[in-house]
Amino acid sequence: MRSTAWNDEENRVLPEMALDFMPEEKLRDLQLQRMRATVKLAYEKVPLFRERMDEKGLKPEDIKTLKDVAKLPFTMKKDLRDTYPYGLFAVDLSEVVRLHASSGTTGKPIVVGYTKEDMEVWAQVVKRGLLACGFRSTDIVQNFFGYGLFTGGLGIHGGFEALGATVIPISGGNTERQVMLMKDFGVTAVGGTPSYFVRIIDVAEKMGVDLRDLKVKRGIFGAEPWSDGMRDYIEEKTGIKAYDIYGLSEIVGPGVGCECDCRDGIHIFEDHFYPEIVDPETLEPLPDGEEGELVLSTLSKKAMPIIRYRTRDITAIEKTKCKCGRTIRRIRRIGRRSDDMIIMRGVNVFPSQIETALLRAEKALPHYQIVLDTKNNMDTLEVKVEVSRDMVSDSMSDMEQLNKKFKHSIEQILGISVIVTLCEPDSLPRSEGKAKRVVDNRKKM
Amino acid sequence: MKIPQVSVFVSNRPGRLHAVCKSLADAGVNLLSLTLADSGEFGLIRLIVSDPEKAVDVLAKAGLSATITDVVACPVNAAIGGLAELLSTAVGSQQIDYMYAYPSTLNGSNIMILRFQDTDKAIEALKATNFKAISKEELLG
Repeated sequence: MRSTAWNDEENRVLPEMALDFMPEEKLRDLQLQRMRATVKLAYEKVPLFRERMDEKGLKPEDIKTLKDVAKLPFTMKKDLRDTYPYGLFAVDLSEVVRLHASSGTTGKPIVVGYTKEDMEVWAQVVKRGLLACGFRSTDIVQNFFGYGLFTGGLGIHGGFEALGATVIPISGGNTERQVMLMKDFGVTAVGGTPSYFVRIIDVAEKMGVDLRDLKVKRGIFGAEPWSDGMRDYIEEKTGIKAYDIYGLSEIVGPGVGCECDCRDGIHIFEDHFYPEIVDPETLEPLPDGEEGELVLSTLSKKAMPIIRYRTRDITAIEKTKCKCGRTIRRIRRIGRRSDDMIIMRGVNVFPSQIETALLRAEKALPHYQIVLDTKNNMDTLEVKVEVSRDMVSDSMSDMEQLNKKFKHSIEQILGISVIVTLCEPDSLPRSEGKAKRVVDNRKKM
Repeated sequence: MKIPQVSVFVSNRPGRLHAVCKSLADAGVNLLSLTLADSGEFGLIRLIVSDPEKAVDVLAKAGLSATITDVVACPVNAAIGGLAELLSTAVGSQQIDYMYAYPSTLNGSNIMILRFQDTDKAIEALKATNFKAISKEELLG
């Protein structure tokens, strides 16, 4: 079997991808060795981690096998907030060459730091992901991930630069100009959040530009969960192949894992990040194949080693080998984050389910927003859906039918009653980065 | 003899009608008739304009979704029973989705705008009557 995504003319693995194909035993040895070094570093330099280890009566030497990792304490997002800004750093600030931070909309932001070596590792993992998806040094890349404190823009940028591609650091926003440059610069690849790319698709359509006529062949997307339906929509509208890159700032940013050309799950770069799945209730480790919360540890990070970070992402580690032959394991694509979960009259609702329902009803992906409210002491879930040109009819009953179709499709998937409101195009708020899908106006009891 | 009609989707909020009219006016599109249908949260504005394709483009640029559908314009006698007479013919047994009166007259006759479920069949039915569907040119004068 030949796959251009990873082998050369003689069917050998390209040298820069060799780490993805390391013999499994060697990989586990490397992971153990690096895990022990990381635990030792954190124990010696990070007071919070040391306290938690001491509480459990654990010493770094107690980690003798990878099975022992399950004994280590968890790290939560709250820990990063509570130690704001530098409390989890394991090196002197003079060694830190980069800081990133979350937007901090819900209080203090979380801050992450990188040494020079960390930056190199970051660029390399993103590069390996890009190579696996078929991106090459000859690509001209439009990167509309947000640049700045957010890890998305500069993280992807670093990977493309390491790859030797030509990067256009356009960041998000000014959508008409995005379309113009895509055309004029002969862009062959794009990177960004999928929701913003859908916005670019809309605007291009309005400008009379058919993205299928452009040279863009590939896109790397991430920073928010996106459904397979959204992938199909993007590919059909633009003729590109869309790939999923996974990451979170607490661990490194984008590049913790990435799809390969098989697009059958996300390979975790296991030589740098150690994945586990735990039961979100009991926090007990679950075997490969079972769904639970993804927990990640950094294996080589120096500035800010993170042990057993609870990601809130619900997924499973695949038991089977990927067809590409990579030995690094895969997780299932993230459909839902427990953080995004809405509890509505006792039912768990994920925005991705609404996306699936809308796609099922209309075979189009309208912009939408979920608004939760309390009316007459009852919690209500309203889905506002923007009506695009293809959805308009001159007949009122057709429009009412459209509303009913959306409502029915959503209710079938969620099992609770919802209100659907049709809205004008561009009337719902958009962010240049991650889509703001949920507004919660409910009265807190 | 079909007349292109522009239908615009708008939220049922103050100011939206102005947004539609202003963007058409700024683009030099002449508004010949306007009717509204509403359903609580949203409404449809149905327009007969001098340049329907241009209108849809202009509206799209203003962030409004619009579409073109064919309607039939039919002059009826401006006297008692004029419309009843039209509907007493085979045309009256066609499925009519909606209809409205056009705001100007043609040679002393009122003009009805009719939206049939099957426009071609309705035009065919009209041919067997004393009524006729007028062309866009005749309507716009």
